Amino acid sequence: MDLISDLANLVNSTLVFTTALIFGAMGGLFSERSGVFNIGIEGMMTGGAFAAAIATWYAEKAGYGAASPWLGLAAGIVCGIMISLLLAVAAVTLKANQAVVGVVINILAAAITLYLVKIIFNGAGDTDVLSDVYSKWAIPWLSDIPFFGKALFNTYPTTYMAYVLVPLCSYLLFKTPFGLRLRSVGEHPGASDTVGINVTKYRYIGVLISGLLAGMGGAAITLTTTGNFSHSTVSGQGFIALAAMIFGRWSPWGVFGATFFFGMAQALRNFVKLYDWSKDIPMEFLYMFPYVLTLLVLAGAVGKSVKGPAAAGEPYDPSKR
Amino acid sequence: MEQPVPVVELKGITKRFPGIVANDSINLQLRKGEIHALLGENGAGKSTLMSILFGLYQPDEGEIYVNGKRETIDGPGKAIKLGIGMVHQHFKLVHNFTVAENIVLGIEPRKGLSINYKQANGRVAELSEQYGLMVDPKALIQDITVGMQQRVEILKTLYRGAEILIFDEPTAVLTVQEIHELMQILRNLAAEGKSIILITHKLKEIMEVSDRVTVIRRGKVIDTLVTSETSESELAEKMVGRRVSFQLDQEKRAPGPALLQVRQLTVKGHDKGRNVLNDVSFEIRAGEIFGLAGVDGNGQHELVEALTGLRPIDGGSVLLGDIDMTRKSVRERMRAGIAQIPEDRQKHGLVLDFKVSENMVLTTYKDTRFGRGGFIDDKAVDEHSARLVQEFDVRTAGIHVPMRSLSGGNQQKAIIARELSRNPQLLIAVQPTRGLDIGAIEFVHERLLQAKNEGKAILLISYELDELYKMSDRIAVIFDGQIMGELDSEQVDDEKLGLMMAGNRLQEKGGGAA
Repeated sequence: MDLISDLANLVNSTLVFTTALIFGAMGGLFSERSGVFNIGIEGMMTGGAFAAAIATWYAEKAGYGAASPWLGLAAGIVCGIMISLLLAVAAVTLKANQAVVGVVINILAAAITLYLVKIIFNGAGDTDVLSDVYSKWAIPWLSDIPFFGKALFNTYPTTYMAYVLVPLCSYLLFKTPFGLRLRSVGEHPGASDTVGINVTKYRYIGVLISGLLAGMGGAAITLTTTGNFSHSTVSGQGFIALAAMIFGRWSPWGVFGATFFFGMAQALRNFVKLYDWSKDIPMEFLYMFPYVLTLLVLAGAVGKSVKGPAAAGEPYDPSKR
Repeated sequence: MEQPVPVVELKGITKRFPGIVANDSINLQLRKGEIHALLGENGAGKSTLMSILFGLYQPDEGEIYVNGKRETIDGPGKAIKLGIGMVHQHFKLVHNFTVAENIVLGIEPRKGLSINYKQANGRVAELSEQYGLMVDPKALIQDITVGMQQRVEILKTLYRGAEILIFDEPTAVLTVQEIHELMQILRNLAAEGKSIILITHKLKEIMEVSDRVTVIRRGKVIDTLVTSETSESELAEKMVGRRVSFQLDQEKRAPGPALLQVRQLTVKGHDKGRNVLNDVSFEIRAGEIFGLAGVDGNGQHELVEALTGLRPIDGGSVLLGDIDMTRKSVRERMRAGIAQIPEDRQKHGLVLDFKVSENMVLTTYKDTRFGRGGFIDDKAVDEHSARLVQEFDVRTAGIHVPMRSLSGGNQQKAIIARELSRNPQLLIAVQPTRGLDIGAIEFVHERLLQAKNEGKAILLISYELDELYKMSDRIAVIFDGQIMGELDSEQVDDEKLGLMMAGNRLQEKGGGAA
């Protein structure tokens, strides 16, 4: 094994882990930029991962073959949107406490998905292993570039989507009228309201995009890294995505950097296993690594200077000045 | 001669809120190109009326005509379409957006799918030029002054093609210089054919800039007058509903013994470096109002905090009567008889989301008369509050509504009621009339004089010299944490105070003070 090739593998594997985090964090970004805290990203990702597994499994049985994971991805998106609708109705229309709704969504998603898995798979705690999941695509020409080809251009379709997603979100938020309005609603809804922008509408859009992306993120986990769904498929990646969103200061490129960092932490635990010296490190420590890192980053490196959208967390009440 | 159709006509507008009729069948006509002032005390219903015209509230009764056509204005979007723009008292600006982004928000010029920033910035610069507003389209709102932010609000309405502009208390947040500039801007706008409604309770501004004025009192239109045919005192009388004295009858009495003695008080800044109060000494006698003049930020806040116990004292001593207060806690000082009317009533004087009755006992709830054993006796609190509300004429829909629902003047009355009801020895009043209208100012001043006559010592800190002249027995000036000198109210003149406020020490007695 030579170092260059190891490094290329590490980056490649990092980006695979990063993919789900990018979708999750970008989902959180849209919601919070519109002024709604979305602690429920974890639950939406769980829903997406579950729906993807089930839909792909049925599609396989129905003989769709290589189209199955695409149907799974679509199912993940639909499921994510449906769960986010719950948050939108509760937090925007009914003005419920956003943190509480988010926590409820997380608990609900974890419980319902496991319950359904047990019903569908006769009491088993996880789904069958899927056979028609995504495989890596090597992009002609580009994948032949030394190092970069192996690191960047021989990967899953979902990861390619994540590549596109980052600049797309950045453009949408910072260059278009839609983005300007969405951000204004998250910063000062009173200002938006008095120039005739429908605050409720934009917050719904923000939250639903959030569900769409988180659902995709969950589906990406099932269809690339795990290959099936169980209670531990998502296991906190939604929260790591939120941490990445904060660490990335609510900007798409910042989020990309932060998710890469956390993705690397996950990839490293598999990477170190390749080396002999890692035999003495207990497995648990390696698995803890991404979460400990999340804590450290949020508590330390980020500090107090981090400020999210000014109006995030508050239901808009036009009568309060 | 036929009158042209008014650009806006309000007919019989009535708006009720729980417990109060904010607008009671109001009629108002706005002519093209005029500056029409809407005068009334805080809580008279001016802002409610204009919120109705701007579509933020729906009237319970009445009709709105714009350019002679009956309209239903169901939201700001509709108002904007009708050419009505509003410059809010609390600006509606997104702080981390640029000036241009704030202005074009909602009707952004486009290039393909993107915002056409070049066109947006250009158009803003153009409008800014046309009306002499001078703002930089690319500056961030958080980086520009309050006066500039207000111009951005004006540009927001102009960009949307507003022909009718509503200004809600536009001078409340401005400096004197900025007020002059705003008056000029208003004249320019009117000269360009815009029709302007100016909501205010400041008589000077009305006399200076308006063409006509409509006076509103307790939700009703009292009169509409041509400005050039009326006077400040007539307007004041119509606004308040009785004659207003601009002069107070000062009762000259011999002050009693020294109640508050401040000796060589020294306080270090939060960084523990520089002294923010340096060797400050003065005394206030019973039955005396001691005025403290000075430019904001010269140690006034620190002095108040040191006296009330919010900030530790690094040197010197504070005595109330003959008790040493220097190391006492806030509560001990309050119990000993120090009361305060804080500068920012909404931040430090009241809990806005608490009920009126709860606010009335914020400083006394631990008294045995309001409960024992860790429980609060709601009945006792309610009785006490009801009595204070009555006695101090606090206008509220009830003692169980949130303090937030009261107007600024009535919130201030509530604080004064609470603090004076404790029968303190020393009352510290910081900017007690800031943002209040004439009627409320008069009330506050009367109550302070009454407290003085009852033998209390009063420390009055104000940035308005007129107020200090009118109220104080003695006036001292603070500059950079030091007392520059002290004058009897008879010896005071603008020049001496001005010099001291700029950091010159008063010449020793016999020299300048004769």
